[in-house]
Amino acid sequence: MTVYDIIFYLFALITIGSAFFVVTLRNIVYSAFFLLFTLFGIAGLYVLLSADFIAIVQLVVYVGGILVLLLFGVMLTHKITNVQIKTGTLQIIPSAVAVLVLAFALIKIFLTTNWKTMELVSQNSSAQGLGVLLINQYSVVFELLGILLLIALIGAASMARR
Amino acid sequence: MINISLYHYLIVSSILFCLGIFGIITRKNAIMVLMGIELILNAANINFVAFARYGNFGNSGQLAALFVIILAAAEAAIAMAIVLNIYKTFSNINIDEIDTLKD
Repeated sequence: MTVYDIIFYLFALITIGSAFFVVTLRNIVYSAFFLLFTLFGIAGLYVLLSADFIAIVQLVVYVGGILVLLLFGVMLTHKITNVQIKTGTLQIIPSAVAVLVLAFALIKIFLTTNWKTMELVSQNSSAQGLGVLLINQYSVVFELLGILLLIALIGAASMARR
Repeated sequence: MINISLYHYLIVSSILFCLGIFGIITRKNAIMVLMGIELILNAANINFVAFARYGNFGNSGQLAALFVIILAAAEAAIAMAIVLNIYKTFSNINIDEIDTLKD
């Protein structure tokens, strides 16, 4: 068992364990904080897959942006005097059964498919390669995503102010 | 003990996906549903990056993961604006009580 394996199992445990708490805890603020650990664990998995730039973007955008937005949402949609920030749950037993069946089916499909894999080659930092791809092959997608993000933020601001 | 392969990452991502589905269908609070959606998007991202690494497809797979992250940011902003509007109208965000289109 190499160091890589130990680190992989550690990050996988952090990711799945805290994701389980995200969907089972009743307090929304606790769930949001466990989501933080999940996102950190996923960033660690990206690093293990030698996708360093994606890992950094994951930390900056998800932890710094989306998670703070979710916490703001929790704070703005509950009365401050109301200390209990709880969420109700619906149909736990049937949905747990359905999700377990879905999980077994997915894992079975993933394990029985013969994926085309190659020999692993060591990679340098992926930031330069991603930048070259973004301004050559994927430049139209890049511009469209910029416009989409601008429209989405303007729309969100105008919708929230109304 | 076998070495870490593509299958390990696929199993992690499928478990994460199923937990996200579980969160979406069991929670009443709209923000918890959003968290479930984030979990599902992250599971998809792990698949993108893992296939890009083990299939030697160059950096295109990582770029797809980057696009998914950008779309998730836009989605979270829009969804939060909608949730705030729902809260203004109905004074709660329990998605099983919000069943009218117009008040």
